[in-house]
Amino acid sequence: MKKNVFFGLYLIIGLLLVLPFVLPNSFYLDLVIRMAINAVIVLGLNLLIGFAGQISLGHAGFLGIGAYASAVLPTHFGWHPLLAMGAGAAVTGLLAALVARPIFKLKGHYLAMATLGLGIIINIALRNEAQWTGGPDGMPVPAMGLFGFELSSDKHWYWAVALLLSVSVWASLNLIDSPFGRALRALHGSEVAAQVVGVDVVRYKVAIFVLSAVFASLMGSVTAHYGGFVTPNLADFFHSIELVTMVVIGGMASVYGSVIGAVLLTAMPQALATFEGWETVAFGSILMLSMIFMPKGLVPTLAAKFGKGE
Amino acid sequence: MALLDVSQLSIHFGGVKAVQNVSFSIDAGIVYSVIGPNGAGKTTLFNLITGVYTPTSGEIRLDDESIGGKSPNQLATRGVARTFQNLQICMNMSARENVMVGAHLRLDRNLIKAALRFPGLKRRDAEMCEEAAELMRFVGLEKYIEARADSMPYGALKRLEIARALAMKPRLLFLDEPAAGLNPRETIEVDHLVRKVADAGITVVLVEHDMKMVMNLSDRILVLDYGKKLAEGTGEEVRKNPDVIAAYLGAHA
Repeated sequence: MKKNVFFGLYLIIGLLLVLPFVLPNSFYLDLVIRMAINAVIVLGLNLLIGFAGQISLGHAGFLGIGAYASAVLPTHFGWHPLLAMGAGAAVTGLLAALVARPIFKLKGHYLAMATLGLGIIINIALRNEAQWTGGPDGMPVPAMGLFGFELSSDKHWYWAVALLLSVSVWASLNLIDSPFGRALRALHGSEVAAQVVGVDVVRYKVAIFVLSAVFASLMGSVTAHYGGFVTPNLADFFHSIELVTMVVIGGMASVYGSVIGAVLLTAMPQALATFEGWETVAFGSILMLSMIFMPKGLVPTLAAKFGKGE
Repeated sequence: MALLDVSQLSIHFGGVKAVQNVSFSIDAGIVYSVIGPNGAGKTTLFNLITGVYTPTSGEIRLDDESIGGKSPNQLATRGVARTFQNLQICMNMSARENVMVGAHLRLDRNLIKAALRFPGLKRRDAEMCEEAAELMRFVGLEKYIEARADSMPYGALKRLEIARALAMKPRLLFLDEPAAGLNPRETIEVDHLVRKVADAGITVVLVEHDMKMVMNLSDRILVLDYGKKLAEGTGEEVRKNPDVIAAYLGAHA
């Protein structure tokens, strides 16, 4: 049954090991770091959207909670960054669980609207609580340190993020091919079938929603520490949409698709910079065309074409 | 004592009384069929007992525990399995994975252990993978063990649902028209399969239109018409019942 599903993971690890030695300058290193951070977020989101068949249009909001927890708590209250990161994730998890219970009794459009609303509320809160968050201008984030070792240079960040990405891909691959993961995919395929074999459908939907939200929050903290500065744009609606687009372009229900989607969409604005004022148009056209010709997303389409399933 | 005991069961959808005051009981180890003309309430009765609908009134007892209004997943923990008249296969998964999902409650569903690939969980999962293949052979799907669910023909999917239900190791199995839409040869195969399942000690409740199959398999038969119990008994008793003949032939005796 299995062609080796981990082949792609080895490829990713291999690439991550080689890249820092072949990239010409720190601009590219920075780009790869941002790609990897996005890839981890998209992996979590794809578990929710692609595998479990649920939608979140407010994921950037969770990112925002994590990022601002890492900015506000150490700055104003002197918390250790790791503690702040954990607190952000805990609050996000709690909030996601609280909101998810009632909305997962709903389906389809309601869920989209509810998560959309949640994301917008978080964003507004971040913009308006200026005495804590710096408002629309954002605020600086203290450096992340651990046992007296400070994550400061790009190289440090690169290896930390590379490790994070590799572990996330590995864990995602494990998860989808487990009883938990099969239950998720089953409730996507047929909710009533999942129920009659004993899957507590609402509980699983809540669990995966919370998991992907916590993932987003943690990576929000990472983004904040890496950038050294956060603005509410990180948490806005357009960023949520961008994340969903990464899932869809790369391929729903595809672990490697998540990585490819994140890599492509993070790189695209750079690649399209030559179009100057027209880059959004070019960006939009590429998205439309890929949806028309590859509605299942890049990786599943190519996998089907070359006859090997993921 | 009966395994399943249904008394005065009713459900109303607005003004429509889909099932009215139906009572019957099913002993462990038998094949029990529910028949009746289209719209008689057979599938509704299944949906009531398997927790898809909540009864308006009446009681359902499984092993003397009241189960009316319990959700399907709660019933699954009590060994109640079912298949669907309109297929409910997860087309986003492989055939074998569909069967493995059936064993959901028998496996370790822990998220953390799964993500970190705990050896115990992985080993159990690999065993289940073998068991799923075994079940697929049991229902006659050996050709499709490596297949994707969305590439399988209708008749095979019908049997895949049975394999998935069997993966639960149920005590009580509800089969909703397992032979619907099948050709005569496939129908005979399903007939044999249901017999094999019953011989394995699983109590089978069957809704089916194929009378030959029903008469051939059933220890007892319940006849529904317009949501009401028309008759109940052995195949011979039901066949001779004038009310049943009237309902099926449309005559008024």
